[in-house]
Amino acid sequence: MASSEKATKGPASAGWAPWEDPAAVPHVRLDGVTKRFGDFTAVDNLTLNIFEGEFFSLLGPSGCGKTTILRMLAGFEAPSEGSILIAGQDVSRVPPHRRPVNMMFQSYALFPHMTVEKNIAFGLEQDGLPKDEVAQRVDDVINLVHLGQFRSRKPHQLSGGQKQRVALARSLVKRPKTLLLDEPLGALDKKLREETQFELVNIQEQVGITFIIVTHDQEEAMTMSHRIAVMDHGRIVQTSTPTDIYEAPGSRYVAEFIGDVNVFEGKVAETTPDMLRIESPEAGCPIEATPTPAQEDASHDPSGSVWVAVRPEKLSISHDKPKDAKANCMTGEVWDIGYLGSHSIFHVKLASGKMVTVAQTNRTRAQARAISWEDTVHMTWRPGDAVVLSA
Amino acid sequence: MASSGTKPEKTGQGLFARILGSRAPVIAVPYLWLLLFFLAPFLIVLVISLGDIALAIPPFTFKGGIDLENYALLTQDALYWRSYFSSMQIAGLSTIITLLVGYPIAYGMARAPVQWRAALLMLVILPFWTSFLIRVYAWIGILKKEGLLNLALESIGMIDAPLTILNTNVAVYIGIVYSYLPFMVLPLYASLEKMDRSLLEAASDLGCHPLKAFWLITVPLSLPGIIAGCFLVFIPAVGEFVIPDLLGGSETLMIGKTLWVEFFSNRDWPLSSAVAVILLLVLVIPIVLFQRHQARLAERDG
Ligand SMILES: Nc1ncnc2c1ncn2[C@@H]1O[C@H](COP(=O)(O)OP(=O)(O)O)[C@@H](O)[C@H]1O
Ligand SMILES: [Mg+2]
Repeated sequence: MASSEKATKGPASAGWAPWEDPAAVPHVRLDGVTKRFGDFTAVDNLTLNIFEGEFFSLLGPSGCGKTTILRMLAGFEAPSEGSILIAGQDVSRVPPHRRPVNMMFQSYALFPHMTVEKNIAFGLEQDGLPKDEVAQRVDDVINLVHLGQFRSRKPHQLSGGQKQRVALARSLVKRPKTLLLDEPLGALDKKLREETQFELVNIQEQVGITFIIVTHDQEEAMTMSHRIAVMDHGRIVQTSTPTDIYEAPGSRYVAEFIGDVNVFEGKVAETTPDMLRIESPEAGCPIEATPTPAQEDASHDPSGSVWVAVRPEKLSISHDKPKDAKANCMTGEVWDIGYLGSHSIFHVKLASGKMVTVAQTNRTRAQARAISWEDTVHMTWRPGDAVVLSA
Repeated sequence: MASSGTKPEKTGQGLFARILGSRAPVIAVPYLWLLLFFLAPFLIVLVISLGDIALAIPPFTFKGGIDLENYALLTQDALYWRSYFSSMQIAGLSTIITLLVGYPIAYGMARAPVQWRAALLMLVILPFWTSFLIRVYAWIGILKKEGLLNLALESIGMIDAPLTILNTNVAVYIGIVYSYLPFMVLPLYASLEKMDRSLLEAASDLGCHPLKAFWLITVPLSLPGIIAGCFLVFIPAVGEFVIPDLLGGSETLMIGKTLWVEFFSNRDWPLSSAVAVILLLVLVIPIVLFQRHQARLAERDG
C-alpha cells in the first residue's frame, strides 16, 4: 500500500520522485485550465500534476497568473476552460467553504475585529471542534510561529511580518491536505524568513501536507521545493526539480530567471554524437558542449540560432591562457570587481562588447597575482558545464 | 530635536501658548459654532424653564421665584411621561425598521459595479431635492382611505374594503422610515463599501458558510455604520413633530407634538422649555455614556 511505501520513500527521502512514476496518481491535477478576464488571458491552457506530500512552487514575475491559479484551486475563481481535480474529485462545483484546501492570502485578509487568537481559531470553530481542542491547537500553532506575546492583539497593532505569521498560522491550524500559500514570506526580514522557510519544510515533512506555494523569490523556491514550475504570461515554461531548473534550464527565459547566467548567441557548426561545436562571434571563441538528449534536440536545425548558457561559477578566470585551449576560452578585460567575502564577482568585457560575469570562490587568503581592474584575463569552462538552448 | 517642543521648559508656557498655536483656530471653529448655536440657546431655554408662565411679552416671568416647579409638574402629569415613553417607542421601532430596510439597500449599493455606485448614491440623496413637507403631504395622498395605496390594493383584489392607515401610528412609522432612510443608508454604505472583500473569501476558505460569514464578518465590521445610522435616525425621530402631526391620529402621542401644544396652544413657555430640557437630557445622557464606552474600548485596543 501507499502508506508502507511512504515509510521508506517519503517526501523527505532522497529518491522520492512520484512525478517520474507514470503510475502515480496526482493529488492535485489541473487539466488544460484557462482563465480569462474579459479578453485578457491570465492563465493559458495549464496542465499540472502535484503529488501528495509534495512541496511545489509556482515561480514567476509579478502578474504572470500565480495568484489566479491559487484562487482557482481555492474556489474563488472558476476556470474559463479545463478542469481541476483535488484528491481525485472534480471540484468545479464545490464552493470554497467545502474544498479540502486552505489558502494563505497575499494580502493576509486577517479579520480586523478579532484578536490574533480569534483569527487563528476561526477555522477550527467553523468545524465545530470542542473548545479545549481548539485552544490546544491554537496554542501549538501560535508557538510555532512565535506569536505568543501578541496573541490578544488586533491585526492593526501588528507589524507586516507579524501579520504574515498570523495569516500563516491561521491557514496551518486546520491541517488541510493541501495548503496554498501566496507569497507567504515576502514581508519577513531575512533571518525570520530563513527560519520560517525551515519551519515550513519541517511542518511539511511532519504533517505530510501538500504545499503549493507562490513566490517571485527564486532563492526561496530553490531552497524549499521538491519541484518548481516557472511561469511566464500565464503559461508554465518548465516544471522540474530545483537542480534541473538551475543546471538544465529549457530556455533562456528560465536560465535568466533563476540565478545569474551568461548567454552567448551562436550557430551550430558541427554535430557529433558526443560533442556540439558552436561558432559564437559574441563569445569570440569556438565553443564545445556536451549534448544531453534535450540539447541534441536543440541542435536539429543547423540554420537557426542557439544560445550557450554558462553560470558565472562554472567559469574559471586567470591571467594565463591555458596552453591547449582550442575551445571554450574567452579573453577580455576586467571591468569591475565585487568582493563579497566568500567569493568575488568579476565583470569582464569581451572584444565583442559582451559583458561576462564570473564568480570565483576566495579559497586562499591572498593571491600571488591578484586579478585587478583592466587586467586582460582568460575564462574557461568544461564542455559539460554549459547548456545549449534553442529558445 | 529642539524644535519638537517637548522640552520641559517649553511646556511651562502652558495653555496660552497652546491656544495661540497654529492648529488652534481650526479646532476652535466647531467649538465656537456649538457654543453660539447650541449651548447659548440651550442655556436660554434652561433659564426660561425655571420661571413661571405670565400674561406678558415674552410670556414668562421670574417674579414667582426661580425654581423647579415646572419639572415637578412634568412628573405629576402622566401625559408627559407617556409622551416621552411613546416617542421613544415609536422612534426605536422606526429605527429598527429603517435599519432592516436600509441594510440591504446599502449592501446592494456597496456590492454594485464601481461605475454604478455614484449614480446609486445620487438616487438615495435625490428625495432631498424636494421639500420634506411636500413629501410628507404626498404620503397623505397615498395612505388616505381613497388614496393610491387602497386603490391599488383594491384593483388587484387583495382587499375588499379600504384600509385605515392614515391617522394611525402605522402611518407615522411609514413616514419616519421613509423620511429618515437616507440617513441610515449613507453611513451603512460608507462602512460596507470600504470593507475588504477578501475577508469574506478568507472566511469561506476557512470553512465558513457565506450566510454565517455575513453574520460573523460583515455585520461586525459595519457596526460603526449601524451605530451612526441608528443615532442619525433615532435622535431626530424622537423629537419629530411634522410627521406625527400630519400622518398620525389622536392615538399618536409624541413629545414633539406635546411640546408644540404646550408652546403654541397653551403659550406656556416655561413648561415647554422644561419639556425640551428633559428631552435633551434623555437623549444626550445615553449618547455620552456610549461615547465613553467606545473611547474606553479604543484605548484598550491601543
Ligand atoms: N479579477 C480580475 N479581473 C481582471 N484581471 C485580473 C483579475 N485578477 C487578476 N487579473 C489579471 O491577471 C493577471 C495575473 O494576475 P495574478 O494572478 O494576480 O498575478 P501574480 O500573482 O502572478 O502576480 C494580472 O495581469 C492581473 O491584472
Ligand atoms: Mg500574486
